Amino acid sequence: MPSIDLIANVVVAGLLTGLVYGLMALGLSVIFGVVRVVNFAHGEMMTIAMYAAVALFGAFKLDPFLSVVPVAIVFFGLGYAMQAGLINPFITRPEHSQFMLLVAVAIIMVNVLLMIFGPSALNVQVDYQLESFELGPVLFDKARMYAAGMALATSAGLFAFFKYTSTGKAIRACADNNLGAKVIGLDVKHLYALTFGLGSACVAVAGCMMILLVDVVPTLGPGYTLLAFVIVIIGGLGSMPGALFGGILIGVSEALAGLFFAPSAKSMFGFALLILVLLFRPQGLLGRKP
Amino acid sequence: MSQGPGFTRRQFNTALAASGTLAALSPFGIARGQGSKLKVGVLLPRSGFQGFIGQSCQKGADLAPGVIKQLLGVDIELMNADTETNVDTARTRAERLIQEGAHVLVGPFDSGAASAIAQVAEQRGVPFVINIAAAPPITEQGYKFVFRNFPTAIDLTRNGLSLIGDLFRETKVAPRTAVFMHVNDTFGQAMFKGISAMLPGITNLPFKITETISYDPAAKDLTVEVSKAKAANADFLLLVCRLNDAIILRREMVKQRWNPMGIISPGSPGMYEEQFAKVLGKNGDYCISNAPWFNPKMNLTKVVDAAFRKQNPKEQFVFHGTNVAYTFESILIAADAFKRAKSTDPKALADAIRQTNITDRVALGGPIKFNAKGQVEGNLSACVQNLNGRPTVVLPLAAAEAKAVFPMPGYKG
Repeated sequence: MPSIDLIANVVVAGLLTGLVYGLMALGLSVIFGVVRVVNFAHGEMMTIAMYAAVALFGAFKLDPFLSVVPVAIVFFGLGYAMQAGLINPFITRPEHSQFMLLVAVAIIMVNVLLMIFGPSALNVQVDYQLESFELGPVLFDKARMYAAGMALATSAGLFAFFKYTSTGKAIRACADNNLGAKVIGLDVKHLYALTFGLGSACVAVAGCMMILLVDVVPTLGPGYTLLAFVIVIIGGLGSMPGALFGGILIGVSEALAGLFFAPSAKSMFGFALLILVLLFRPQGLLGRKP
Repeated sequence: MSQGPGFTRRQFNTALAASGTLAALSPFGIARGQGSKLKVGVLLPRSGFQGFIGQSCQKGADLAPGVIKQLLGVDIELMNADTETNVDTARTRAERLIQEGAHVLVGPFDSGAASAIAQVAEQRGVPFVINIAAAPPITEQGYKFVFRNFPTAIDLTRNGLSLIGDLFRETKVAPRTAVFMHVNDTFGQAMFKGISAMLPGITNLPFKITETISYDPAAKDLTVEVSKAKAANADFLLLVCRLNDAIILRREMVKQRWNPMGIISPGSPGMYEEQFAKVLGKNGDYCISNAPWFNPKMNLTKVVDAAFRKQNPKEQFVFHGTNVAYTFESILIAADAFKRAKSTDPKALADAIRQTNITDRVALGGPIKFNAKGQVEGNLSACVQNLNGRPTVVLPLAAAEAKAVFPMPGYKG
């Protein structure tokens, strides 16, 4: 039986990583919750954000925490343009058309990254990356702490935006009743594009934080797309708190599974959890019944 | 019909019949057996999580045609293919290289990929010379076209464990416990089995393995694994790794303030690679790899080193030595066989490879001679420690460039 200290250390690491996972999945959940399009290029977009953070660090020694601002702004613009120019015409088409479109976008992104950056793993090396805080027997990895803090702050900002601003309320109205939103004169296509932009900005923040935790290679995307799906399905597709909760659940359960069972089989437990949720609560743990 | 200066119908029919005969015979190697140039299909993981090592091996392949032309007067055409660190891709790329006319295949720095390519090579009857891959079963299948000039996991383990004993004797330190971490892939499993079988029988090794932890070779995060290993409170870490995971693991050890006596690999890549030193800086120092190594004293090593520096003026040979040495030698074996067989006929090439006897080589060890299973015996390892950012031979003493530092500085007991 592992010691309490070991369990505490592993849970803390899983929790902090899970928060960053949650932020990444939040973007996917926001986009699906409003636009009803599943972004199959989600992980690839995060990979691009990670490369953007690496490039800014390489060129200006810009800490990924500061990179968050320019990268998120650019991603917001790109997300808006992608929705307005590419995805909007597909909104009314069958789901398999949307699927093929976004898978094609994802493949293009991976190959463009390969052409630009090559297959080698890249990272940033900031001073605090190998440091940790100590609280009794529990170690708090500094980079993970900062990244988790940023994930919480970004999520709180996003929740506040949707709850308290008129644009946020308009977007929620679109999500709740698309036809009603059109009847009262809301520019639904513009609001969809805004939502995609916000989801992309979320992914950008997650990417800038993720580069503090893992090295980036062009082929990283599909794995994270899958992970984001697992998280939002467990948390509830379209539910923002569900995405964050799902991220934490996956982070902690994988960490504990790695501790109590074989570490090399830890990702298996995320999928086992997914199957259980699909069987017993298909709308997700915090999702609403359709 | 006019009889102009061009092709007549009779000439056309003759040419058609001739080309048809050539095409019909070519699968049996009758037509292609008369080529003057050896087409070598090079399969390496130039992208994916083994991308760095694949690119490092590729440097050995790239310099081979020039050096071999000088040595043997043989013309070589490389046909490069990226396995993308994926077994299925390795299989399909091997098939495509054969379709495109490769006379011999070399590569692929991975036991899983090597097993897949070996099946293709055997089915298609094309010789396959493995540069780096250690899983023993590859040369235990009775294949007639598969050859390996690299120690098996059993040899690697035996050499590696023996050097650990030498290290402890030399530094007069006797650790009592070790935690064993290994990648969970074909190579890692083979090493795990080898070590588990061999260690209890080796009496001059004073330590016991208190915990064994396997991990995903493509892992992006090894927090849990390192926490678990640290909690085992062992004297040192016995590690079978690749490159990316070795970097992640070492970083995590620093974060978790785990300072064992040492990190010793009994025969895996990763810690002697340039990227390891570059990314980790001082944190990469003092790690030890008992690995197949190049022999700096051989004449051919000097020739290959010179060619390497010419092709890669900004890089140091020492970081690529093993990868370059074994990849170069795999092409040398094929070229030497081609010269003796005077044919690109696959069967003649395979027969000639079986008769190989190359004494002037780059890698440490005896002459390159294949046994009945297609395996070269007698490839040796060196104990290589990272000192000041450079892999440095510390054992065997005859080849040592510096004294071993063990325990690592920072170890508090």
